[in-house]
Amino acid sequence: MEISITINGQVVSADVEPRTLLVQFIRDNGGLTGTNIGCDTSSCGACSIHLDGEAAKSCTVLAVQADGGSVTTIEGMASTDGTLHPMQQAFMDNHGLQCGYCTPGMVMAATSLLEENPSATEEEIRIGLEGNLCRCTGYHNIVQAVLSCTKS
Amino acid sequence: MIPAAFEYVRAGSAEEAISLIAEHGDEAKFLAGGHSLVPLMKLRLAQPSVLIDIGRVSDLSYVRDAGDHIAVGALTRHCDVENSPIVMEHAPLLAHATSHVGDPQVRHRGTIGGSLAHADPASDLPATTLALGATYVVQGPNGTREIPAGSFYEGYLTSVLAADEMLTEIRVPKMNGAGWSFQKFNRRAQDWAIVGVAAWRNGSDAGVALVNMASVPVLATSVGSAIASGASIEDAAEQAAVEADPQADLNASVEYRQHLARVLTRRALEEASA
Repeated sequence: MEISITINGQVVSADVEPRTLLVQFIRDNGGLTGTNIGCDTSSCGACSIHLDGEAAKSCTVLAVQADGGSVTTIEGMASTDGTLHPMQQAFMDNHGLQCGYCTPGMVMAATSLLEENPSATEEEIRIGLEGNLCRCTGYHNIVQAVLSCTKS
Repeated sequence: MIPAAFEYVRAGSAEEAISLIAEHGDEAKFLAGGHSLVPLMKLRLAQPSVLIDIGRVSDLSYVRDAGDHIAVGALTRHCDVENSPIVMEHAPLLAHATSHVGDPQVRHRGTIGGSLAHADPASDLPATTLALGATYVVQGPNGTREIPAGSFYEGYLTSVLAADEMLTEIRVPKMNGAGWSFQKFNRRAQDWAIVGVAAWRNGSDAGVALVNMASVPVLATSVGSAIASGASIEDAAEQAAVEADPQADLNASVEYRQHLARVLTRRALEEASA
């Protein structure tokens, strides 16, 4: 099936099997490998992206479902001049990562969370990131990073 | 993990979806948000040969105040139910329970109708709508029919929904200020409930339903009767597992589930009565 998805502002079109997952489309057709595949069962959140402006787990969305939609991945967060998105900078400043595997998904989930609740409390951030697992268990600094991006 | 190959067709309306499923027979499945079906397909526990994508039928995404009840379109996403001012005002138990479904990413994609039609007794919404006395509206080739939540579930992942029918609307009676509580016991934040309890109380009227306490969601009618006859919360909660028929699994034995049902029901009734 011929589909087109706008990824980070670029239209990516391809003839795909209906069973193609959105995360495969992003990685294989879009050539963007910043979005990781973790548990592959919609538990860990490593594959989180923004689909039409909201965080979604791209391992549990078929690419055909996203046909005509707009996707933002971690590669689309920084400005074209290389300036990091404030959330990326906050993860850096707060040492919000250890091995880094969950980081793209964490950044995407966290930005979506603050989009919906810009002045989230620490508790709301912890609950709001329930769909993202850090295998290093480095949650403390992740939460601090997100907290530093809230409007107080 | 990649699902087995299937044919994919898109429906633009409920009518088109129903004629497509009639055409493709019982090897076809509806795809709404896909957050119950796609994981099963990836694990090859489900291998429909045709998927009829109803995710773009936008006129089935709504919440309306319908007088004595609220009407929720089957394709309304969880995030839209939990944040709906109408649901929060008239069925706060449903809004709150919905905020416990999965995680924010899941709630951005999953739909209320998809969750109910999937008929997983471990899901939060079948029991919640059962406790609230909801009615499901389904549409088939010969028109619509209304099915009370209490008659909808037949067994594990099975309902009375015919192969050519589609769930289109959920009607939830207004709670009219009743106290309520949703108790979910699990080991990790986004897990399914090991046991869950959805409860409301308005004086001597109470409704209690259990998550993951049988192959179907369970209405704990003995608890309601006990409250109606003036029993204390503690005594009523002792009846919580009477109608249940729980299974043992790696999370809990049968006895532990029965114990949890009683404890969580007591907590739920206490909160709903406060």
